Amino acid sequence: MIFQFETLQDFWAMAGHGPYVWGCYGITALVLVYLVVSPLRRQKRFLQEQRRLLRVTERWVAADGTASRASGPNTSGPHVSGQRTSGEIG
Amino acid sequence: MGWQWFHRLGSPRWFYENSRKWLPWLGAVTVVLLLTGTVWGLAFAPVDFKQGNSYRIIYIHVPAAFLALAGYYVMAISGAVGLIWKMKLADVVMKCAAPIGAALTFLALVTGAVWGKPTWGTWWVWDARITSMLVLFFLYLGVIALQEAYQHQETANKASAILALVGTVNIPIIYKSVDWWYTLHQPATIKLTSSSTIHPSMWYPLMVMIFGFYCFYALVLILHTRAEILEREKRTKWVKQL
Repeated sequence: MIFQFETLQDFWAMAGHGPYVWGCYGITALVLVYLVVSPLRRQKRFLQEQRRLLRVTERWVAADGTASRASGPNTSGPHVSGQRTSGEIG
Repeated sequence: MGWQWFHRLGSPRWFYENSRKWLPWLGAVTVVLLLTGTVWGLAFAPVDFKQGNSYRIIYIHVPAAFLALAGYYVMAISGAVGLIWKMKLADVVMKCAAPIGAALTFLALVTGAVWGKPTWGTWWVWDARITSMLVLFFLYLGVIALQEAYQHQETANKASAILALVGTVNIPIIYKSVDWWYTLHQPATIKLTSSSTIHPSMWYPLMVMIFGFYCFYALVLILHTRAEILEREKRTKWVKQL
């Protein structure tokens, strides 16, 4: 096996076909990397979101245990404390 | 009794927990094969005496097209398994195979168009092979669209599985298009039944790339399936424990 080009410039130019060949390899590399990265990112985001929700629920359950039940509908419930907690974290 | 493995394979949890062990190996093999094939094909394979260096696009065009077709089998067969046996994992695999297949078909079409410009003098012709590949691309998009179109996952699975199965009629057309309508696209150079019309010095790197793309496909399908499984099973205990 021998290197088919005289110089690196020749390798880059590919006797005039450089833009076609390198363009194809570039697009392919982008698409392949995207196919690998997108599910990994999606999984990471999902797990982060689930952990956040879990923490929120835990806090809510704990708060619900200590605070009086008569505090009214506006201050109880997971939604309200969820917003507060996410503010603290984020 | 002998079917236990089949049912176990259908369990999303079993798949999620076990596929983790396969990933590093598969990833390593994929990277080695793709890197070897790319360097070999770009720098060390001899120049084609007719097409010059533009033919080096073959090392991604042909593997991408191979996997675009193989990916359709994966999607249609898992769609059928999901329809017949109501296997959860099969439905997930069908859904995940669609965007991957669409991406690979897109690559085959784009690299083909770019290769066509210096070789045929045009980016695009309504040649039988190219048109049937475009139909394949639309079939993949159809499955993706159907997956998004329904509120209920089960209805979406059923609809897209049926579309995938009906679409298989396109596969033999793609294979045979270069023989039935002999226009611009060259006939198959790689044949299983008779000897290939490609020189070994060009064929070996191509073979490496094809294997590399197969491994890549498996790797990416597993990654997508794992992410999808988590989201579908988020109400189960085992996902909450992660």
